[in-house]
Amino acid sequence: MTTVATNQSAHRHSEPPPVPSRGAGAAITTVELGKTYRSRGGPVVALRGLSMEVQRGELFGLLGPNGAGKSTTIGILTTLIRPSSGSAIVAGADVLREPVAVKRRIGVVSQANNLDRELTVAENLEFRGRYFGLRTSAARRRARELLEWDGLAARAEAMVTQLSGGQAKRVAIARALMHTPEVLVLDEPTAGVDPQTRIRLWKTIRELRDTGLTVVVATHLLAEAEDLCDRVAILDHGRLVVCDSVAGLTGRAGGDRVLTVLFDGPVDQIAIPHWVRRAEVDGAQVRASAANTDGLLSELIAAGAALGRGVRDVTTLLPSLESAFLALTDKEYRE
Amino acid sequence: MRMSILRTGAAMLARELHVLRRNLLQFAVNTGMQPLLAVFVFTYVLPKIGVMRGAQGFGTILVPGLVASTTVLTAIAVVSTSLMRELSFGRAIEDRMLAPLPVWGLGVQKIVWGALHAFLAGLVVFLVVYFVHEPGMRPSVHVANWPLLVSCLVFIPLMAASVGLLVGTILEPSQVSVFINLAMIPATMLGCVYFPWAALRAIPWLQVGVLINPVVYASEALRAVFTPDLPHMPVAVVLSVLVAATAGVGWLAIRSFQRRLLG
Ligand SMILES: Nc1ncnc2c1ncn2[C@@H]1O[C@H](COP(=O)(O)OP(=O)(O)OP(=O)(O)O)[C@@H](O)[C@H]1O
Ligand SMILES: [Mg+2]
Repeated sequence: MTTVATNQSAHRHSEPPPVPSRGAGAAITTVELGKTYRSRGGPVVALRGLSMEVQRGELFGLLGPNGAGKSTTIGILTTLIRPSSGSAIVAGADVLREPVAVKRRIGVVSQANNLDRELTVAENLEFRGRYFGLRTSAARRRARELLEWDGLAARAEAMVTQLSGGQAKRVAIARALMHTPEVLVLDEPTAGVDPQTRIRLWKTIRELRDTGLTVVVATHLLAEAEDLCDRVAILDHGRLVVCDSVAGLTGRAGGDRVLTVLFDGPVDQIAIPHWVRRAEVDGAQVRASAANTDGLLSELIAAGAALGRGVRDVTTLLPSLESAFLALTDKEYRE
Repeated sequence: MRMSILRTGAAMLARELHVLRRNLLQFAVNTGMQPLLAVFVFTYVLPKIGVMRGAQGFGTILVPGLVASTTVLTAIAVVSTSLMRELSFGRAIEDRMLAPLPVWGLGVQKIVWGALHAFLAGLVVFLVVYFVHEPGMRPSVHVANWPLLVSCLVFIPLMAASVGLLVGTILEPSQVSVFINLAMIPATMLGCVYFPWAALRAIPWLQVGVLINPVVYASEALRAVFTPDLPHMPVAVVLSVLVAATAGVGWLAIRSFQRRLLG
């Protein structure tokens, strides 16, 4: 594979981000977070020096393909996983030195269903409230309010084992809000739920952000994050690819379109127009990114024809998180 | 800070009690069945059919032994299997880990609950063995040493629950139930449940070998409490072992628990 970077500015996001300071506006700050799991097959490096910052009150997306390290990051931020290196401050408290203070200020919705299976829906909420020091009556009242808000009042007395996946997710969100946290962290909240429930979950998540809550959502669905998040961090193989506002990444502020042309044979010698920001030739495939791809297709077709190759397939990716990922990593985003 | 940790721990114990209350019948049947059968076979069937002639008074031996073995094995099983369940798919343990409590506090809560649960099981067994008998054959037990009884009620369950937490954290979930099944029978049969430890004098290697079994100390301590006239280990020895084992195993278990949970 040969990669031709024809314009340095396309690399502006791949430089390591400046180490963020613990600003007044930061809800979460991580500095050089690293995590290596010890497992039977040998060590697995899940995070390599992740530094990022989440501002108070924003809806922040933590993106990346499967295995990128999203859940590991969330585990560290929520004190459930001990980092191997680096540090993280969440809602003003250090995850390693003051884990209890962190837990008081965060609400967590994990990727797997970790509801208390021996309790009913309402009891799950009530006991969570009591763990956080609410009196029984206050916990009961708040649980009822949250279940009504979440549309689950009718299922209050059901055992959690009887819930559908989408319902369980909503219960988990309500439970995470029992102690009125400052930061809500959700890991893949829409995985495995139907499209209707997905829309509803996101509506809920946005509503929560609008109340001033800081929300961090991990997801592998770039398109979903693009519609909903204020800012995103994209991870790949445990490294931060980019951390920026969605607007900054998707064309509204100069993102690239990506054109992929598949020829009917190898085109290693193809002439790439000089004004293309970034191009990559891999066997019969040419991928080129540019702010404006007008006219690029005809130039590439002509350049291929000069080598005696015809075109088999063409795809264009509009400026999006996906095209940004592609432009920054030279890799297709596989969900 | 300390207050809020206690409050969180208390709320978790309230949750455990709530679940136990919901499954009360199952709890009573599970814990009551084995001693009921033991009493029936040892104090009624065997004397009646001529095996163990004159063993009608065997109930007196059984009271401390069965209460001890049930308490110890219940504590180990409750703590290790509930941990196994909570660590397997879905990691329900996270529900508790996210509560405002240090991880060691969660480990202590698990030990305390296991101990409480085991104490209740021991109580059920005591009631069964003491009250179920042939007319006029009530086991002759009385509390000879109240301070020792209180120490036993505190340290036997705590020691056993600590063993349970250690087992639950060092074994893989899939191995825990195998361990429980494998260890249960030898721990009971060789736990000086049906005979006092002194009676093993006839088989010296076995008398030494069973000393690794925590059930032995529990049985002997309760024997000193309830049937002081029968042979039993010196009180000072059993008490020291119970206290030292609770502290030592408890410390190891909490450390192992922290390591297991935080990966
Ligand atoms: N307990 C563990 N032991 C060993 N390796 C682990 C463990 N947990 C995660 N990993 C590895 O760490 C890497 C990152 O995993 P992580 O779960 O953080 O990814 P993710 O981005 O959340 O992925 P997904 O989208 O599949 O949820 C993966 O390679 C994974 O196999
Ligand atoms: Mg994940």
